[in-house]
Amino acid sequence: MSTHTEHQAPQGRQPLDVLDPRVSRFDIVQEGARRDDIEIVHYEPQVVPGSKAERRMTRTVASFFLLTGLAATAFLIIYIWWPWQWEPGRGGDKYYTPLLGLTLGVALLGIGFGILTWGKKLLPKEVSIQDRHDQPGAPEDRKITGETMLYLADEMGVRRRPLLGVSLVAGLLPVGAVAAAPLIGGLISQPHKNNQMFTTGFAPADGHKVRLVREDGRPIRPADISAGGQLTVFPGIEHGVSNRHADSPTLLIHLRESDAVASRAANARVGHGDYMWGNYAAFSKICTHAGCPASLYEQQTNRLLCPCHQSQFLITDNARPVFGPASRRLPQLPIEVDEEGFFVAKSDYTETVGPDFWERP
Amino acid sequence: MKRRKFDVAAVPAKTAGAVDDRFQVATPLRKLLNKVFPDHWSFLLGEIALFSFVVLLLTGVFLTFFFEPAMTEVVYNGSYAPLRGTPMSAAYASSLDISFDVRGGLIMRQMHHWSALLFMASIVVHMLRVFFTGAFRKPRETNWIIGSLLFWVGFLAGFTGYSLPDDGLSGTGLRIASAIMLSIPVIGSWLTSSIFGGEFPGTIIISRFYIAHVLLIPGLLLALIGAHLGLVFKQKHTQWPGPGRTNENVVGERMFPRYALKQGGFFMVVFGVIALMGGLFQINPIWYFGPYEAWVVSAASQPDWYVMFLDGSTRLMPAWEVHIPIGDGYVIPPLFWPTVVLPGILVGISLAYPFLEARHLKDRKHHNLLQRPRDVPARTAAGAMAVTFFVVLTLSGANDVIADKFHISLNAMTWAGRIGLLLLPPLAYYVAYRLCLGLQQHDREVLAHGVETGIIRRLPDGRFVEVHQPLTSGDGHDGHAELDYVGWVVPKKMNRLGALGPAIRGFFYPIEKPAEAPVSPGHPPVEPRAEREEIGSGESRR
Repeated sequence: MSTHTEHQAPQGRQPLDVLDPRVSRFDIVQEGARRDDIEIVHYEPQVVPGSKAERRMTRTVASFFLLTGLAATAFLIIYIWWPWQWEPGRGGDKYYTPLLGLTLGVALLGIGFGILTWGKKLLPKEVSIQDRHDQPGAPEDRKITGETMLYLADEMGVRRRPLLGVSLVAGLLPVGAVAAAPLIGGLISQPHKNNQMFTTGFAPADGHKVRLVREDGRPIRPADISAGGQLTVFPGIEHGVSNRHADSPTLLIHLRESDAVASRAANARVGHGDYMWGNYAAFSKICTHAGCPASLYEQQTNRLLCPCHQSQFLITDNARPVFGPASRRLPQLPIEVDEEGFFVAKSDYTETVGPDFWERP
Repeated sequence: MKRRKFDVAAVPAKTAGAVDDRFQVATPLRKLLNKVFPDHWSFLLGEIALFSFVVLLLTGVFLTFFFEPAMTEVVYNGSYAPLRGTPMSAAYASSLDISFDVRGGLIMRQMHHWSALLFMASIVVHMLRVFFTGAFRKPRETNWIIGSLLFWVGFLAGFTGYSLPDDGLSGTGLRIASAIMLSIPVIGSWLTSSIFGGEFPGTIIISRFYIAHVLLIPGLLLALIGAHLGLVFKQKHTQWPGPGRTNENVVGERMFPRYALKQGGFFMVVFGVIALMGGLFQINPIWYFGPYEAWVVSAASQPDWYVMFLDGSTRLMPAWEVHIPIGDGYVIPPLFWPTVVLPGILVGISLAYPFLEARHLKDRKHHNLLQRPRDVPARTAAGAMAVTFFVVLTLSGANDVIADKFHISLNAMTWAGRIGLLLLPPLAYYVAYRLCLGLQQHDREVLAHGVETGIIRRLPDGRFVEVHQPLTSGDGHDGHAELDYVGWVVPKKMNRLGALGPAIRGFFYPIEKPAEAPVSPGHPPVEPRAEREEIGSGESRR
């Protein structure tokens, strides 16, 4: 069936009698479209029924669907019988997820391309024109709706009875507050409880100075770090090596002699004259910019780099920021060695550790 | 008693009749079946976002069956041997279980992540399409606003989602997010402490992010997407200008069956591509990152791509700290500007853009026809400027990786980003503007003088001229009339006029007889195709 229709002017057109048994189904479809202000101006089959082209396209679509069936079956077989549990080395399990993805992807693409080919190649091409009808409502209609709404307000009579309006607002405002109260009240949390933003795990407890410990909890002797070396240390308290004291990780650095001299001089300039112990200095590892661990230590230049936003701190100058977005130096932990020969913090940090905030003095 | 014969063939009609008796659906259903959609490849971009969202919902529901949103400390004892015996949060342990101990869990996780990336990517590309073609103009400003909000809500969905596994990388992201909240003046510390339930990281943030990620944000996304599609449906899609297309009509296909079939097929294709990616391309291998520990980070810690521009802006920001010397003194940290103020400005500009442009052009008309980017040089150039700004920031978000791979100084990369951010966008504006003008001029040239044929003719006086094929046989001063530009593609090659015949179809061998041999150069130029002559659009051009 090849049907080209002319664009007909809707005016003066006789409506089609759809109940007439002689009318074809397409004519009814076209009549329905007209009733929705749609004119099917071009309707052209892409393949002649029974033609070679049609059979070829049908085979193409069918093979896409059959491919889907094959791939989906393969997916199920792999899903059930392929070894999937992790084992060390390059075992078969390493191919489990890729094979699932491959078979699932091919199965889904098969349906997709099958449907697309069906729609694009076998169905008739058409061009239809529909009216948009996006003109605003007639002024009269707007007027009627507007007046109706205003009349609603008149009926309520708020303007004549102002007390109603005032009392309603006065009543509803607290109700709104009631709705918000549990949410805010439940969530709100005082940020300065126990002075938590200004203290770390190194704060001496019951007059005992806190030891510096390794990740496994062992304390550290000066001889454990060679010159130029560094070690991440934690407060030697319960849960000191955990995220509960996320602001406490500290970098203990054994400076070389010349660097240590420069560092001591810099310390003295800012009144931290006794913060170092020998050639050892300890700085907070938590970047003052966004709180990442500033952990890339360049031994030759004594710079500490934060890998998140590339702030760089010069250790020999009180860990002053020399590049990048950080604006504040890394706080220094005053350290010494106790009578048993292990490092301890003389006191807590004397500057605020971690990213900056409004009320940091 | 005689049993009435059951007529199977009459069942559909009878059922349909019974349904219409009760719900009166016949007329509205006919309207729906008949609705006309204009078609163009660029209208499919938003659909990719919609389809990825469906995949996100499907895979996401699967993941919730196995994920445990808790920060309770557990010791891992699953089948991934390298991490056995490591203390970690229950969230991270269950994420590992999804990857290793749930059969098919890893492909679901990876499909979820890939479709999230695809969701955001297609939103951005769709937004660019809408922007550069002027589809946001009256009456569609509301839908532009909803679309912009969808980007930011999707951004939140992505961030809360990739924070959930509580691995080393996502914990670092959370740490930075807490620092960003902390940097807000006056309320920063209160906000952070309230959201994290105390000092970072606390023990509650994963469960809070979880409910936001699986309920609140998807609910909001669903509502916004519903409104977005509803408005497209109500206001009808825009269309390109072209033969028979006016500002008052829609030229295309009726929704059923062909258009709907194509949509359905396209959904399966998107789904299939996501499945391929989820299976074949590893993404976010959390087992390499280890559990989050506040003192561990690795180089090249990058967020997902749609967050990277904020990471870039943070890296490029100079260390400008504002001191307010009142009382003990207050500070506004440098982190505040690139991560809170900049996104705020971006949201503001994008939401207000349709109104700013209409106000600037004093344009109050309805626009249902799209514009080619070249025809609106100022907007196209502004868009190019915005894209350049975004690209510089995104690249800067990876500047440590670029510095490492190309052996460039890291500090040089930062400075290149800072200078590039100021210089490149205006440059992009200028280049895009000139390109638009050049393309416009070429369109006018072809319309006035015709298509270059490549045929060189020698005139009696010895000059060589190229023969042009006029697009119309008119009666202008030199034998052909000038055509008006109507905002649609101007044919610029002879084969676009049918002069060379269509290419021979078939992949390995011709599946049909080749068309007739091309016109020989000696022949007079061919006549244009009849349908090319009726170019015209109802919209009056500026």
